[in-house]
Amino acid sequence: MLNLYGIEKTFNVGTVNEKKALNGIDFTINDGDFVTVIGGNGAGKSTLLNIISGVYMSDAGKIVIGDEDVTNKKEHQRAKLLGRVFQDPMMGTAADMSIEDNMAMAYRRIKRRGLVWGITAKEKVKYKELVATLGLGLEGRMTSKVGLLSGGQRQAITLLMATLEKPKLLLLDEHTAALDPKTAAKVLDITNDIVSENKITTLMITHNMRDAIRLGNRLIMMHEGKIIYEVSGEEKQKLQVSDLMELFAKASNGEFANDRLLLG
Amino acid sequence: MNILTWFESNIITVLSLEGAIAQGIIWGIMAIGVYITYRLLDFSDLSVDGTLGFGAAVSAILITQGMDPYLSLLIATIAGGLAGLATGIFNTVFKIPPILSGILTMIGLYSISIRVMKGSSNIALFQYKRITTPLNDWLVSLGVAENAVTNLSTLIIGVVFAGALIGILYFFFGTEFGTAIRATGSNANMSRALGVNTDLMKVVALVISNALFGLSGALIGQTQGAADVQLGQGAIVIGLASIIIGEVIMCRKDHSFWYKLCAVIVGSIIYRIIYALTIAPLGQSLNLRAYDTKLITALIIAIALAIPVIRKSLAERRLRKANDKKFTNVGGNENA
Repeated sequence: MLNLYGIEKTFNVGTVNEKKALNGIDFTINDGDFVTVIGGNGAGKSTLLNIISGVYMSDAGKIVIGDEDVTNKKEHQRAKLLGRVFQDPMMGTAADMSIEDNMAMAYRRIKRRGLVWGITAKEKVKYKELVATLGLGLEGRMTSKVGLLSGGQRQAITLLMATLEKPKLLLLDEHTAALDPKTAAKVLDITNDIVSENKITTLMITHNMRDAIRLGNRLIMMHEGKIIYEVSGEEKQKLQVSDLMELFAKASNGEFANDRLLLG
Repeated sequence: MNILTWFESNIITVLSLEGAIAQGIIWGIMAIGVYITYRLLDFSDLSVDGTLGFGAAVSAILITQGMDPYLSLLIATIAGGLAGLATGIFNTVFKIPPILSGILTMIGLYSISIRVMKGSSNIALFQYKRITTPLNDWLVSLGVAENAVTNLSTLIIGVVFAGALIGILYFFFGTEFGTAIRATGSNANMSRALGVNTDLMKVVALVISNALFGLSGALIGQTQGAADVQLGQGAIVIGLASIIIGEVIMCRKDHSFWYKLCAVIVGSIIYRIIYALTIAPLGQSLNLRAYDTKLITALIIAIALAIPVIRKSLAERRLRKANDKKFTNVGGNENA
């Protein structure tokens, strides 16, 4: 589904702030995989997602999604293949537009936008039903501006939008990190439901190791722009948070050993 | 004083008010263009100061060469659109910040407009056939007083053009393509993630708004009977004033898009009326001069911007006072 070959990315080339964010990433995601990504700050997790989605262009290497080489494709062109949810709840929805208008935008992600009306009556009914499945009581507020919703509600809507047209790959960039624990759990449940129901191939970054172990069938750990550890299947199910902490400590010479944040 | 006798003794004022309404509508077309970039795209486009005069210049030179005045309007509209294309390319291809992109187009157009007018900074059109000419003749044949004819025909033309444009824009910004432009203005990140070429959307919106500037400039030139390279000076400020006055007066809640565009036109008319009143009788008694108009413009906008803020803080204070009563017998005493 996704193939990365020798991906490299360096920021601020030629300055004192030069930083090698990705250092030779070779990685494959198979159809139906749900991969969780963990790693400390600056490990290159977000950069990896941004390279896949085309926010940044890679300095070296090749990116193939499905059977399409997208290495030189722009962000909006790759969007036809990808569903994305961001860390910042404000980023995934247009605050000045209504819930249904936002969803109508998302529904046309893979289509050519023409001079026909931007939303049909039939769509409105469909969106209302879909929003009702979130169980957040938003189905009565379909014409409300999204800017009036809370962060958790916006993330839930963004999730629906990202999967309205089934993407080849769903990219989740710490999409619950900005939410309170209860809301985060709810959004994560919704995520799991949508992904498993529609069998969507998913790549999810998280800072919460328990979630990383609990969700998905594969887990990768990144450090200094490289994938340093990978585990899948039964072995992943047996994994303990303490195991991951140990690995972290080893990788970073104890730097993360006392980082309570990582325990989630 | 009886209102009728006031009207009779102030016939000049009444005529200038009528003119203010007519000019307000035509300048309102420009303000709608500003609305598209400023409110929908969140792009402060200063090109308008140059594009307005450019549209007037293009239309005027073509009329002096014998072109049909309506066809000249179309060409001025296209010329304005090209100016918007330039601003759009500066911004999206060369990543020049929005304000600077607009300024580059604006100052460039001052030279181009003079070149278009063959080296002169203005062209008088009184002796040529303009869009108002057939309408004027018709109105005269109906027995309308000579001194009211120009204002009335400007008014008719303004209403027809503004009405048609509001209809077209309402449709366009409701389509899939138009929605993508609105989404780009609201959240460019999201739009790209949903497959929208945000650079293209910005360019298209700038072309549309500058086409409106070109059209508005041509209409102003033709109805006033002269094109001037300075026509657009301060236009961005007038456009913003119209938008803000319209919103303050007409928009209380979330209205439909066509209503918001109508509010812009109303704002533009009110701006012109305030302006006309300040320079006419009221201004005379206050000893105001023509060069005071810029100051008056600045004050009108400052007041229009201040009203919503004052209104909100008054509402908050009222709420605070009402709630304070509940706590009068609780906690510390200020005089203790």
